[in-house]
Amino acid sequence: MAHITLSNLGHSYHANPAEDEHWALKKLDIEWNDGGAYALLGPSGCGKTTLLNIISGLLVPSQGRVLFGDEDVTSLPPEKRHIAQVFQFPVVYDTMTVYDNLAFPLRNRGVDEATIRERVTEIAEMNDLTAMLKKRASGLTADGKQKISLGRGLVRTDVNAILFDEPLTVIDPHLKFQLRSKLKELHQRVARTMIYVTHDQTEALTFADKVVVMNTGEVVQIGTPEELFEKPQHTFVGHFIGSPGMNVLPCGIDNGSAVFAGRKIETANRAANAGGRMEIGVRPEHVSFAGKGMDAEIVKVSDAGRFRIVEAVAGGHTVKLLAPEGTEIPDRKAKLAFAAERTRIYRDGWLVGEGGRQ
Amino acid sequence: MNKTVNQKAWFLVLPVLVLVAFNAIVPLMTVVNYSVQETFGDNVFFWSGISWFEDILKSPRFHDALGRQLFFTFTILLIEVPLGVIIALAMPRKGVWVSVCLVLMAMPLLIPWNVVGAMWNIFALPEIGLMGKALNALGFDYNYTRQPGDAWFTLILMDVWHWTSLVVLLAYAGLVSIPDAYYQAAKIDGASAWSIFRFIQLPKMKRVLTIAILLRFMDSFNIYTEPSVLTGGGPGNSTTLLSIDLVKIALGQFDLGPAAAMSLIYFLVILLMSWIFYTVMTRDEENQ
Repeated sequence: MAHITLSNLGHSYHANPAEDEHWALKKLDIEWNDGGAYALLGPSGCGKTTLLNIISGLLVPSQGRVLFGDEDVTSLPPEKRHIAQVFQFPVVYDTMTVYDNLAFPLRNRGVDEATIRERVTEIAEMNDLTAMLKKRASGLTADGKQKISLGRGLVRTDVNAILFDEPLTVIDPHLKFQLRSKLKELHQRVARTMIYVTHDQTEALTFADKVVVMNTGEVVQIGTPEELFEKPQHTFVGHFIGSPGMNVLPCGIDNGSAVFAGRKIETANRAANAGGRMEIGVRPEHVSFAGKGMDAEIVKVSDAGRFRIVEAVAGGHTVKLLAPEGTEIPDRKAKLAFAAERTRIYRDGWLVGEGGRQ
Repeated sequence: MNKTVNQKAWFLVLPVLVLVAFNAIVPLMTVVNYSVQETFGDNVFFWSGISWFEDILKSPRFHDALGRQLFFTFTILLIEVPLGVIIALAMPRKGVWVSVCLVLMAMPLLIPWNVVGAMWNIFALPEIGLMGKALNALGFDYNYTRQPGDAWFTLILMDVWHWTSLVVLLAYAGLVSIPDAYYQAAKIDGASAWSIFRFIQLPKMKRVLTIAILLRFMDSFNIYTEPSVLTGGGPGNSTTLLSIDLVKIALGQFDLGPAAAMSLIYFLVILLMSWIFYTVMTRDEENQ
């Protein structure tokens, strides 16, 4: 078990990376505490799997260091790092029984059979695999196989961290929830560091204590699910997390305040008129109909269960808002108000002031 | 709703029936026809029942040919399958060398069979052939036209040279279809190279190897052209395999009845053995 530090890390699949886009991972520094549950969240191709493979040792980074505790493991192979990994597609040893699958990592490390029996029995019970121990692993369903993959990581007592690479991709939707809760429960029981890579915000937000949001090889924000939702550091985070995502509207700056659709907008932060692409971000949850406010034309209303998603056009841009059940939706013409303390100004995508990167 | 009975659909299967009839049923029935009759020339036939079958099954000549055939087939299977797997494992998975290796491997398969026989016939001649002369120069008393052991050695070497590629290509196809995650997981689990082969590569290659073994079994059991060109069944009868013996009976002695009976027995042996192979090799999958 160890504290994981990624220091000045970067990776490129090009032999001689010259341009910015040659880097699959741009320079990043992350610290992970021992025993935490972390998620790496981002769209396909954002570099999250690359990062995971660097942590597991399947890939040696082009630059920077990986530390487990105080030990530099940057160039150590996976088997020397004491990590376990669960892959997107379940990996089981087809010809072995479930028991032998779980025992395999221990047997390879020369553990005696009595200890193996004890560990395997315990882990099988934790993973609900006890009834299937004598079965051939190839006969199990996808979720059963994924539990075996996970179990092979859990049986080892020397594991520093368990890494998950989109482990629920091939699981049936109704089992996803079950397996996710199981993971959460296991994390609390074994108190190992778990790092979970996914492009699914629900998986990330429900599993992790801290989520690392990545985009185009860069970390855009590290925070708790609440922080990501309430205070996105980047318009990408605002847009990627939440459904529907945050409204990002181009704005002008007048005397420190944002100007949109010809009106001054009250915001939580203020910005100097220093150039760059200026935008305001406000979540659909924080837009409401008001007696006076910005003129808008409603173009589409869709029902999403407990609330309705209203699309309105104001100042030539589409603004989405969530209207709770029972809200009266005006016919075509409406006036909109943004909650001032939830509306923020972004420059070139990044939050202005308040600790946001300028 | 009432379903109307419409028998016209049978016309749609007619082309297939005609094709199968001309391509399999009619030729086979001709053989069956010969196998139960005695002929004295001038197309005069007499019914002879199953006597030809009895004769063949009791004849030591058939037993010997069958024994040689089984020895040949199992020897080349025992060499070609492991060798093919070893070569496939050693082949690169990425880069320009992949195509080079694949083309090199496919080469022997593209050569016409009688050319293979002729090539090896000359290659192994003790007086002028590269291999024959080299072996003799190295002090081996090698002469495949006179010594049965040498004839067998050359025959098996030729088949291994000709057909191991097929096993290599099939095994290689099985190997490259294994997702990287398996190797990565095995690394993390601390598996040795042997364990990776035993628990990942071999099980994943099982399906293609089943096909490879079946194909090599059937082809080698039927083999005629190459040994016929290489040794013609000699010296003496020492390399007379079933098919060579069959041709000798049918076309050499023109004994149509016994030859037809032998053909049918030959066919049934292949059918039976293929079925046994297939059942044994796929038994595991059905048990699950």
